[in-house]
Amino acid sequence: MRTLRFLLQKEFRQIFRNTIILRMIIAMPIIQLLVMPLAADFEIKNINISIVDHDHSSYSQKLIDKVIASGYFKLNDYSSSFNLSFQEFQKDNSDLVLEIPKNFEKDIVRENNGNLFIAVNAINGTKASVGSSYLARIIADYNSDIRLEWIQPQKIGTIPTIEIATLNWFNPFLNYPFFMVPGILVVLVTMVGAYMCALNIVKEKEVGTIEQINVTPIKKHIFILGKLIPFWVIGILIFTLGLFGVARLVYQIVPVGSLFLMYGFLSIYLIALLGIGLLISTYSATQQQAMSLAFFCMMIFLLMSGLFTSVDSMPPWAKLIAQCNPVTYFIDVMRMVVLKGSGFADIKNHFLIITVMAVFFNGWAVLNYKKTN
Amino acid sequence: MTNEIVIKTDKLTKRFGDFIATNEISFDVYKGEIFGFLGANGAGKTTAMKMLCGLSTPSSGSATIAGFDIYKQTESIKKNIGYMSQKFSLYEDLTVLENIQFFGGIYGLSDMQLKEKSESLIETLGMKEDAKKLVGSLPLGWKQKLSFSVAILHEPQIVFLDEPTGGVDPVTRRQFWDLIYNAADRGITIFVTTHYMDEAEYCNRVTMMVDGIIKALDTPTKLKQQFSAATMDEVFFELARGAKRKAD
Amino acid sequence: MKQFIIFVKKEFYHVFRDSKTLLLLFGMPIAQIILFGFALTNEIKNADIVICDYANDIASHRIIDKLEVSKSFQIQKQNLSHHEIENAFKTGKVKLAIIFPSNFNNDLQHANKAQVQIIADASDLNTASTLTNYASSIVMDYQRELLKDKSLPLQINTDVRMIYNPELKGVFNFVPGVMALVLLLVCVLMTSVSIVREKETGTMEVLLVSPLNPLLVIISKAVPYFFLSIINLTVILILSTTLMGMPINGSLPLLYFESSLLIICALALGLLISNITDSQQAAMLISLMGMLLPVMMFTGFMFPLENMPQPLKIIANAIPSKWYYIIMKSIMIKGLGFSAIWKETLILMGMTLLLLIISVKKFKTRLQ
Repeated sequence: MRTLRFLLQKEFRQIFRNTIILRMIIAMPIIQLLVMPLAADFEIKNINISIVDHDHSSYSQKLIDKVIASGYFKLNDYSSSFNLSFQEFQKDNSDLVLEIPKNFEKDIVRENNGNLFIAVNAINGTKASVGSSYLARIIADYNSDIRLEWIQPQKIGTIPTIEIATLNWFNPFLNYPFFMVPGILVVLVTMVGAYMCALNIVKEKEVGTIEQINVTPIKKHIFILGKLIPFWVIGILIFTLGLFGVARLVYQIVPVGSLFLMYGFLSIYLIALLGIGLLISTYSATQQQAMSLAFFCMMIFLLMSGLFTSVDSMPPWAKLIAQCNPVTYFIDVMRMVVLKGSGFADIKNHFLIITVMAVFFNGWAVLNYKKTN
Repeated sequence: MTNEIVIKTDKLTKRFGDFIATNEISFDVYKGEIFGFLGANGAGKTTAMKMLCGLSTPSSGSATIAGFDIYKQTESIKKNIGYMSQKFSLYEDLTVLENIQFFGGIYGLSDMQLKEKSESLIETLGMKEDAKKLVGSLPLGWKQKLSFSVAILHEPQIVFLDEPTGGVDPVTRRQFWDLIYNAADRGITIFVTTHYMDEAEYCNRVTMMVDGIIKALDTPTKLKQQFSAATMDEVFFELARGAKRKAD
Repeated sequence: MKQFIIFVKKEFYHVFRDSKTLLLLFGMPIAQIILFGFALTNEIKNADIVICDYANDIASHRIIDKLEVSKSFQIQKQNLSHHEIENAFKTGKVKLAIIFPSNFNNDLQHANKAQVQIIADASDLNTASTLTNYASSIVMDYQRELLKDKSLPLQINTDVRMIYNPELKGVFNFVPGVMALVLLLVCVLMTSVSIVREKETGTMEVLLVSPLNPLLVIISKAVPYFFLSIINLTVILILSTTLMGMPINGSLPLLYFESSLLIICALALGLLISNITDSQQAAMLISLMGMLLPVMMFTGFMFPLENMPQPLKIIANAIPSKWYYIIMKSIMIKGLGFSAIWKETLILMGMTLLLLIISVKKFKTRLQ
């Protein structure tokens, strides 16, 4: 125990003496937490449309007005040349082109059939389907309007309409930062914890001080504890700064659920994560190696965590990977506790799994670390 | 030097695949002796030392260090030895005082002992003004002397020094050896590897390793007689001429 | 020249002898492509939803059938109270609730108006809005069904063409983004760390006193990563075209030219970082921690750039991969030529030049 005290004294002294790194590991997460949530917005808005009007009739004008009045679209350009509009389309200045052919009005009134042509930029599939369905709805509405002008409602017959009432619980204003901030905070804490811990031990290996440690009677697990605890403290600090400093002050996110629960999970989560960092360091001889391994793991963790895309939508083999990923669980817990106020009973499975992971990774790291080769 | 044996090895061997770093080396080291382990780079000195320190497991053979078995009791060995590595391993980003406190504490010195010992150590080394300086800012010679002193802070039975005087001027080297004599007088056994042949003269007994084998083991005087040489340099030259392994 | 090649050779040795670095260099892009291609998607599938069917009539059944057929939903049928739905959301078991009030069909046929309630767990915003959209469009489909038999006069038909990506494949969006991410991040990281390491261990001085111009020494460090990145790029292209049907509609040489430009830009950035840091840890922190999230977000393939507030859009303009992403989409998916992307290319070149000039200047001052 005394040994541990000396180890911790040394570690903390070294960390706090390195002001450049210290400033970086505090400043970077905070700055990113400030900026990133503003960028993470999946909602489909700002759809740009080009309109080509060959008809120039009152009907075509009415349609154009209706499209613009809907608020879903921003008019990028309006002309009588399809080529011009298509060029804008190619340059990504507009996402849709609506072409109204010549004799549009005449065709509707006399032939009972009017045609419109729509080109949709489908590179972003989601945007394309949402944009085209908005436009379809507007055109259908417009179609009804025209019918009502000519024919009396009773003659058309009954048109049943289903009204959909949507309620959004826990995040009624569909506030994206609410959704992203907890997740991004998790990712940032994870990055700092894992990288710093892995690099720290490997640096001792590279410089040679680890040999001096190996020759002393310090027990393996005490040494590893000595490396783990300082970064655990730093992890909690950064989390706290992020939660109370940025999330609350800047984004006004006040956790609905229990802080105690969050910090409890955070504590175990950090142990698991630092265990991974330690494990990486036992497999690396140089800082570059540790960094390569850490980056690789971090990437996979990040992508498979459910931060950007949903875990449910993954094929079974990918879901398995996501389920072995500690980050997935923490992001889930954060969203559940911060936004929904979920209680311990709701997340006891998460707790169990993360504890198993903590034991597993740290155990493996201790076993792997050899004072004698 | 006494008659009590502190290190006993019997056919100690270390293999790395097909390469035999040390080949069945056997020797005894007495308590309080300054025991020199000489040889060219690559002869196997560092490998031998690492095994004795418990840093590396032998492939075969047996040894006891301070009475503890080299295979089964490495942790007990570590409690009773000190070590100064080739790579010079104090923490450059900690101060002199902090390094002393750390290593002393690790070896179980009480707070009272730490205070006393660090004061006397700093006094002996003449580092009073430098006590609060970062070790990284000290010149090489100071670092080495400090490293040695820290290695024997806990008064171990044996201290292992791996090429401790690389890269310093002869005056500093001489001062360093004064520290070693001091320690030996206090009953600490010194096990030192070096490829500076003139340092061999400072040892009680010396072994010469060539290509992983011990080619000679005796006092410097007797070795010089045996090989009709005036200096240890010449002795080495005689022995190592046919060596196949010459470089690290 | 010969000396330069010797230095380059040495760097190649360093790289190839380190298996873990190789894992990162080659393994990561492959892993990313596979993940993005097969595991990650913006579509929602198999979401657990609960349907409270108080109507139990032909209309509600028809809609529920349609929902069941859709791949997006996994349905539980239970009549839950509001409180029970809230609990179901809290445990994370269910993401959406659809409620059909009693007399649903009656109201529809006789009063011409009926209501369906959709309650979404908006703590998971993405899923919530997408699921709501899916569910709404299925309900709307049913409504259109009801109208189908009535052939109405004054019909407007629409001919809709999905351009560039007729099957709405998600990969089209992702692959150019992954290319940008990988090339930028890996090059910056590797170059900056490799140069700083020599500084840290002191071997830099040895190199600098060699007869080769110091600047060329540094460039020699970047050269292996250039070639490795080109190989990486090729692997990504092969994987994405064969496994995922990613097209390369435009000119391949142009693609490689633009990619080389991005790589050089990344190498220059790595050089700059190595100039301002003294330890590998610091270089790594900046290249990885400092750049990973921003590059991911500001390149424009994870989140649409148009949605971002103006100041962030300006920041995005400073990220080289953003421009590269536009260029790649134009070449690979749209099949356009240089005339369409000359502006972006110029910007990328400008960035590269700027980075090179700054880092060379800084390097020279350090030498003094």
